[in-house]
Amino acid sequence: MVKSVVGEENFIDMQPNRSNNYCCGGGGGFLQSGFKEQRLEYGKMKDSQIKDTGADYCIAGCHNCHAQIHELSEHYGGNYPVVHLWTLICLSLGILGPNEREYLGDDLKEVNVFHPETAF
Amino acid sequence: MTLAAIKLGKKNRKNIFLNKVKKLLPEGGNLNACLTCGACASGCPATGLGDMDPRKFLRMAALGMDEEIIKSDWPWMCTMCQRCVYVCPMQIDIPQLIFNARTLRPRDERPKGIRDSCDMALRNESTSAMGTSPQDFEFVVQDVLEEYQEAQPEFADMQAPIDKKGAQFFLNQNSREPVTEPDEMVPLWKILHLAGVDWTYGSRGWAGENYCMFLADNDSWETVTSQTVGQANKLKSKTFLNTE
Ligand code: SF4
Ligand code: SF4
Repeated sequence: MVKSVVGEENFIDMQPNRSNNYCCGGGGGFLQSGFKEQRLEYGKMKDSQIKDTGADYCIAGCHNCHAQIHELSEHYGGNYPVVHLWTLICLSLGILGPNEREYLGDDLKEVNVFHPETAF
Repeated sequence: MTLAAIKLGKKNRKNIFLNKVKKLLPEGGNLNACLTCGACASGCPATGLGDMDPRKFLRMAALGMDEEIIKSDWPWMCTMCQRCVYVCPMQIDIPQLIFNARTLRPRDERPKGIRDSCDMALRNESTSAMGTSPQDFEFVVQDVLEEYQEAQPEFADMQAPIDKKGAQFFLNQNSREPVTEPDEMVPLWKILHLAGVDWTYGSRGWAGENYCMFLADNDSWETVTSQTVGQANKLKSKTFLNTE
């Protein structure tokens, strides 16, 4: 699915992947547990994995992951945008409006905007 | 792991906690089968937090160090990601052991943030960790839908049904979108619309998150899950789609 949206050559998987992949640290209630310092420490592995791919964007599968990885991106200075898959699907279909781009980076903010006149 | 941290002195400990968990799990979660190889600990992102790791935690349980386990905050730093189970040569169910360790503290001594989110979900029939009412959810969805039907005429026929009887898919929704960033709901609606998917939200039990589960408050977890599953069944939806 991701490959068909971004193009085969633009998809870079993390290493290790699949069942050997690392959890980002947003799960299990960690985000609301109050142990922020430990949560960021936990996420260090995920942040390094993402940086090691050299990819411009990270796609998160769910909300907890999105919130956590977004924070990791800022906290550890990688500043890579973290997006939901639905955003990229709609962008690739040319139906992503101006107000549905909260998490796109500056490089894609203005690309192929659907009904740009409705921006607010 | 230091020698000083593990005291074997007390003879009459009966491994109460470990035995309790073993009874709950199929094959006892293989909790007796640990080879102490350390594969779990070496790949666990929570290793080192709170001076703990999964192998050490399991050893402490095996040694009946229940009091130390109750004192440790580490069960709240394991995300139950299951990685340790995948790499363990004996398929030991460490996350289940840790989840059950969360139940060892009285409810009001568990992390406040998680507890508050669970309490919010119990406040009304939405089961939303943000406490949003069914009425507010319906209003936001309807409002955003109308706005987009008008602003993007190609989607004038798009729907975001709530309580549509007999819809193929029952979809739940993380509360963060309707409450703090409603425009983020729209891309998914568009995809479902273009794909011709027959789906619905529920006015009750629409919220996807379940902090009562994370709190290890099993009764409340069941309440929340029953609410959402009950709504899907009431609508006779065939497939429950969990977006979380
Ligand atoms: S990977 Fe399995 S066998 Fe090895 S130390 Fe961890 S629990 Fe024990
Ligand atoms: S389930 Fe918990 S103990 Fe196992 S690898 Fe994940 S965080 Fe570590």
